Parts: sequence; C-alpha cells; structure tokens
Amino acid sequence: MKGRCAIRLSGSGGQGVVLISVILAEAAVLNGDKTVQSQSYGPEVRGGMCQAFTIISDEDIWFSKPEKTDVLLALTQASLNKFCRDLSRDSVVIADSGLSIPGSCPASTVFSIPILETAAKVVGRAMTANVVAAAAINTLLHLFPDDIMRKAVRRHIPAGTEELDMKAYEEGVRIAGMAETGSVSRFLPETNCLCGH
Amino acid sequence: MSRSVLMQGNEACVEGALAAGMRFFAGYPITPSTEIAEACAVRLPQVGGVFIQMEDEIAGLAAVIGASVAGKKAMTATSGPGFSLKQENIGYASLAEIPCVIVDVQRCGPSTGMPTSPAQGDLMQARWGTHGDHPVIAVSPSGVQEVYSLAIRCFNLSEKYRTPVIFLMDEIVGHMREGIVIPDPDSYEVINRPLSGVSGINKTCFHVDPGEWVPRMAPFGDGERYNITGLIHDESGFPTNDHDTARKLMERLFQKISCNYDDIVQVENDMMEDAEIAVVCFGGTARAAKEAIREARSHGIRAGMFRPVTVWPFPEKELRGWIPQLKKIIMAEHNAGQMLREVQRVTEGRLPISFIGKIDGTLIRPDEILQKINEANNEKMQ
Amino acid sequence: MKKCSDLVFRYMRVDHLPQIWCPGCGNGILMRYVAAAIDDLKLEREKVVIVSGIGCSSRAAGYLDFNTIHTTHGRAIPFATGIKLARPELEVIVITGDGDCTAIGGNHLIHAARRNMELTVIVFNNNIYGMTGGQYSPTTPTGEYGTTAPYGNIDRQFDIPLLAAAAGASYTARGSAYHTQQTIKVIRDGIANPGFSLIDCLSPCPTYYGRKNKKGSAVDMMKYQRDHGITQTQWDKLSEEERKDKFIIGQLTKNDYPGYTAIYRQIIEKKRENTENKDRK
Repeated sequence: MKGRCAIRLSGSGGQGVVLISVILAEAAVLNGDKTVQSQSYGPEVRGGMCQAFTIISDEDIWFSKPEKTDVLLALTQASLNKFCRDLSRDSVVIADSGLSIPGSCPASTVFSIPILETAAKVVGRAMTANVVAAAAINTLLHLFPDDIMRKAVRRHIPAGTEELDMKAYEEGVRIAGMAETGSVSRFLPETNCLCGH
Repeated sequence: MSRSVLMQGNEACVEGALAAGMRFFAGYPITPSTEIAEACAVRLPQVGGVFIQMEDEIAGLAAVIGASVAGKKAMTATSGPGFSLKQENIGYASLAEIPCVIVDVQRCGPSTGMPTSPAQGDLMQARWGTHGDHPVIAVSPSGVQEVYSLAIRCFNLSEKYRTPVIFLMDEIVGHMREGIVIPDPDSYEVINRPLSGVSGINKTCFHVDPGEWVPRMAPFGDGERYNITGLIHDESGFPTNDHDTARKLMERLFQKISCNYDDIVQVENDMMEDAEIAVVCFGGTARAAKEAIREARSHGIRAGMFRPVTVWPFPEKELRGWIPQLKKIIMAEHNAGQMLREVQRVTEGRLPISFIGKIDGTLIRPDEILQKINEANNEKMQ
Repeated sequence: MKKCSDLVFRYMRVDHLPQIWCPGCGNGILMRYVAAAIDDLKLEREKVVIVSGIGCSSRAAGYLDFNTIHTTHGRAIPFATGIKLARPELEVIVITGDGDCTAIGGNHLIHAARRNMELTVIVFNNNIYGMTGGQYSPTTPTGEYGTTAPYGNIDRQFDIPLLAAAAGASYTARGSAYHTQQTIKVIRDGIANPGFSLIDCLSPCPTYYGRKNKKGSAVDMMKYQRDHGITQTQWDKLSEEERKDKFIIGQLTKNDYPGYTAIYRQIIEKKRENTENKDRK
C-alpha cells in the first residue's frame, strides 16, 4: 500500500463496527502494511453510538486517532450526521443506503450501498452486516488483494459461521461492484501525510 | 523464526509475560485491563499454568504473591480503582522481596472516574501508593510491540531484584491494535530468580552474599524450610524490633534499586541529538509527541522527544544530560502534572517548562504539542 | 500420645520460643494441637506450608517449623490459594483469628469455601481483637464488652463453621483449647479432607475478652469450655432451651464435593493436549 489511509467506522453498538476495523487491520498486517486500530470503548459498544478507527500506511503510524478522516463508514443516521462534519472534500463516505446524506456533507465521493438490507435479506442474518461492510469497503477502496481480505475475515469470525460469513463476503463484494462509479479507481493520495494536514 | 501478527496491547502483555515464563495469573475484572485476564484464562492452561479470577483486587495480588513464593512467575492486572486496592500487598511484596508483576492499565480517575477513557494519573501512585518508604520499579510502554518486550523486561527485573514491578500501561496502549513481530525466543534474555538450593531448615534465608543484592530464594516445597513475614525482619526471616537490623534491611532494599540504576533505567531519545526543544512524555502520549516533533522538524525546528521507559526510578541522570543543549522543555502527560514535578526537580529551574496536561479523558493531539513547540521556537527567536 | 516436649522439639522453632502470647492464652495449646495432627498424619515436613494473617493467632506461623508465611491482615486465605494453585501437592494450612478470618478477611473466607479450595483453615477464635488491645470482633457475643463496645456489643456474632458450610466448605468442625483429643482429631480430619476445611477452635483470652467480660481466670475460662462443649449426640438430645449456652465439639458438616485444584488440573490436561495436538498438525 502506498500512502496513508485513515478509516473511521461508525454505527451503533452491536453492528460490529469494531470488528470491521479489526478485520481491516488484520488484512493490513497480512499485506505487510503498517496499521493502528483503535476504538471508542465504553458502554456504547453495547448499544448507542459506536466508532472505531483503522489507519493503514506504508510508514510508521504514531498517533492512534486520525486527525483527518479519509474514509467514513456510517451504518446509522446519527453516526453519519455526527461524523460527516469532520470530513473534507477529498474524503470518501460509504453509507448504508437506508441513510440520507446530509446536504452539509463536504465529501465529494459518496457510496450509498445496501449493507444492512443485504445482510438481513440476502445473506439472511442481520449480524453479518460487518462482514458485508468489510468486503464492500475493501472492494470500493482497492485496499488489499481479495485472498488476503478473505483470510483476515476468516481469522475474526466465530467458529461454525464460515459458510455464512463467506456468503456475506461475496455479497459485500457484489454490492460494492454495483455501486462503483468508476470515478474513483484509487482514491489514496500519492504523498504520505503524517499529520493529516 | 519471528512472525508478524495483529495484536491488541492487552493481549501483547499476556504473550510477553508468557514468553518471560509467567505461569500464574490471579486478578479481578476491571476496565480497561480485563482483556489481560481474559487472555490469561485462555492461554495459561494451554502451557500448564494456572489462571484464577479472585473475589477482589486485594486477593488477586495476594494469590500472585503466594504463587510466587511457591516458585511460579506470577502476574496480576488492574486499573485505577483496583490499583488502589493492590497497594497493601505491593508493600508486602516489596518488604518480603517476593517477585511479581502488577499491570496497571491506567484510566481516568479519581474514583470510578471514566472507566474507558485514557489517563496517566497513577504515575505518583505507582511510586508512593503503598504506605511507608519503599523503592519501586515501574515501566511504561508506548506501543504494542513494546508492551510485549517490556512485559518480558518487567519479569526479568522482578526476578533479578526480587521486587514487585509495576507495568504502568494506559488505555491508549492497552486497547489499540498494531501489527507486531513476535521475537524469536533466542533473541531476548529470560532471567530467573536466584535460588538458594539449601535443604532442610534455613536460618539465613534473608542473608545476602557478598557481591549480591538480594537473598537467594527457595520455592516453598522444594525442600527448604524458612519463614517469610511482612514485618521488618532479620536475615533469619523473623520479625525484629532491632533498629540497627531495620536500618540495614531498609538501606539494602533501596540500594538494590539505586545502585543498579543503569541496569534498571531505560529511556527513549527520539531526535534528541541536536534538539533545542524537548517534548518529555511517557506511555501512550509518546505517540502524539513523535508525530508532533516530526512535523516540527519538517519546518526546520530542532525538536526532540525524551521518554522515560522506566518511569521509576525516574531517569534523572539521562534528563540532566540534555539540559545544557536545550532551550525549553514541553511536558505532555494525561494528568494534572505528575511527571512535571520530577522534571522540575531535575531541571532545578535551569530551563523554562511549558505543560500540556489533560484530565478530561480526551487525548493530547499532535497539533496541540506542535503548537507549544512553535511557541517555544518563536520565544527562542525573540 | 506424644509428650508435649517431643512435639515442641520436633515441630517448633525452639530458638524462637517462648512465644509472645499472654499467660493463660489458648493459642499456644491450639498450636500444639496443629503440630500433633500433622504428626499423626505423618506429613512430609517440607510439603507442609503454614500461612497466617495478622493478629495474635497469626504469630503461630513463626513458631512452627515448616515453610511458613506471615502475610497481611485478612489475606492469609488468598495467599494460601496462590500457593496451593501453584503447587497442589503441598499441604497448605491457614492459621487465622476471628477478626482476621471473618471481618477483614471475611470475603476471602466465603469465596475460598465456595471454590472448595483445598486448604485447611484453623481459626484461633478468642472472641476479641487481642493484638490491638480488646476491641469487639465478629465473634464477640451480643451484649458483651470490648474497648470499642463500652456500652455492650450490639452486633450479632458469626457462627464461623455455619458460615463456611453455607458458603460451600466440604468439611467444618469445632474444637477448643480444652478438648485435646477431639480437637486434634478434627484438625487431622480437616487436613485429610481433600476440599476446603474449616475448624473453629475456641481459644480463651483471659487478658482482654475474659477481663472485659468478667469471665474469671484462665482456668475458669477453660472450665467453661469443658462444661459447655458437648458432642453432637448430646446436642441432639437437648431441647432448644437447653442448647442455649452449649456448643458442639467435633465434626459439624462434611461432603465430598471435589476440590478446586483437582478440577482445574483436568482443564490443564485437556487444554494442554489440545494445544499440543494442534501444534503437531
């Protein structure tokens, strides 16, 4: 991976946004990249707003929280409304298609994809939304090779759910493919930006 | 062969401790250190060790000391409120010279505070928390890789000097995940306590041989019989009120740490060679500092970072060494000015110090440190 | 039966005698019973660990010639728990007092009993805080006096074996300084019991408890134990009214619930095997 990418994953407790960030970090390690993963720990992981961060870079990462969000995943309206304020024109938003994008959202690239619906209705289990989202993020951002991403997913799913979660993975790739506009082939800046300035 | 894995700070603490030979853990659930207990519960039986969740924090350290007396390398882990409760038996381990490691993943206090928010407010408690005068070793990591290696180091220091060692982590480091390289076991040293090898009754179990700093130890059950007490004791291990004996014991307890300062104290100097402005910090705060000094350097400002890795004893010799070349110190810590006091004591007013302290549960950001660096640089120009 | 002096020379650190306890105190007598029980069981001396807390009782650890550890106030049981878990082959005996064991250490007592940790806890119960000079303890009877109960104690007293049994101890018993044979037997049975054993040993404290409550001389206090300690069989025949000032000497409860380290050993064996098999694959 070249450059630096700070991903903020947000939603409500129970949607598995922490796990999405861990899977992305795992894939980064498997891919030989540097990564730091952290989360907003607290009672909110058991319900209420929840956020996690994964920073991926080809250079050392020091500060564990991104000062600038390159990519925002939002699975609830509340988290989208709250965190899209911190974005810039260069940011990418990946939002569940059930959410309405605030007019004030500064990001020029917005992907609206049916993550929650696909998990609940196509895969058949709402709890697989995190794997659907992880696969979609990777597909949209071209972060890691598919085999590495699959390996990362397998490392972090409970035993006995491989079949279901791999179906969720395929669906995530599929809905991302449908959403892809072609305007974003590789969004990452070519220069490494240490402080997010 | 070494391998790279994604690991959380708290998990790395357990893996490092296992690599150092930890085979016993007793503790009590408390955020943000709970993952340490959880990982120990999974991992210890796999290597023939023992995990137990005790009824409270006090019992956690009591059981750890008991296991250490029976010959096992033992650890407990806690956070602020639990660290307060551990203090009683930290004093015991200090006076009775029982090796053990106490992990404190610091969180916002006082009292229950903000359990999931980062802080570094236990620095002085680590030094002075238990009653009475006593020496202490405390070590503070700034990243997951270092959590692993310093966990090994904590056990080594504890075994070598027969003393409790406090592993002063913080929520930043405990809960973050990074890719780390698990080192090859041949690449690091594992130190075991000096053994006495006496059989039958040992009437000089607390005698220290010439050239050594601590008495040789015998695990209970290995064939030696002796007494251990938390009272001031003579070399036979029995209580005494003799003032001369008390003075000699206390002097040795202090000197085994102070006379081995160079072996115990570690610091990280980052870009300090030509630095005029030094950011002093410890633990997870170093991450923001490193980013800030790099940004400052990119603007031609000669900034560096000085980080005590061993926080107790405080690395005063190392800090003093930098004073002549420095124009200003910026002390950044997640408390109301605890290490600041040490820095003021060591610098003796010879340098201006500006302070960034946060006690609201938010992180000190790189741009906040950078702003102080810029201010210091502008003052220098004037 | 062994002569007293034989036991003293064999099992006590004679260079640390005479002990510090007051004239008439029951603790020295009870300490000898512990030595006699260990002698009866022919335990290997290096495999016996005596753990004590803080208080008059807890000085016993210093006089007994085994591996001994005098710990912090109330914490003898968790220290002992660590020792036992680290080396289950050791015979770990806790000597504690009524304040040490049931006030500051009360939580540790009930949880060690709940786990059925393989420890033998011997309580030298003198109904008072002696070391600090006569304050009321959790076993000071209601209405009696201590320096901190100048108007009479309004607390109710703990029945320590009942507490331990309710919490899950697999063996409980009561002895006294007066009842030599019976007390040695219950200590012996307690040590031989694989799980958690608690033996409540009544110890006269003529200096503080006795004097504060007009119990007479040390001899009078021993006579009280003689006249009020009865067997279970005798107890069963008494009416509720007749039982009022009596107490049972001997075994109180026993079950064969497995001990904690025995169960944990099975976890280690299973997980170790699984891990090794996985490594081989």
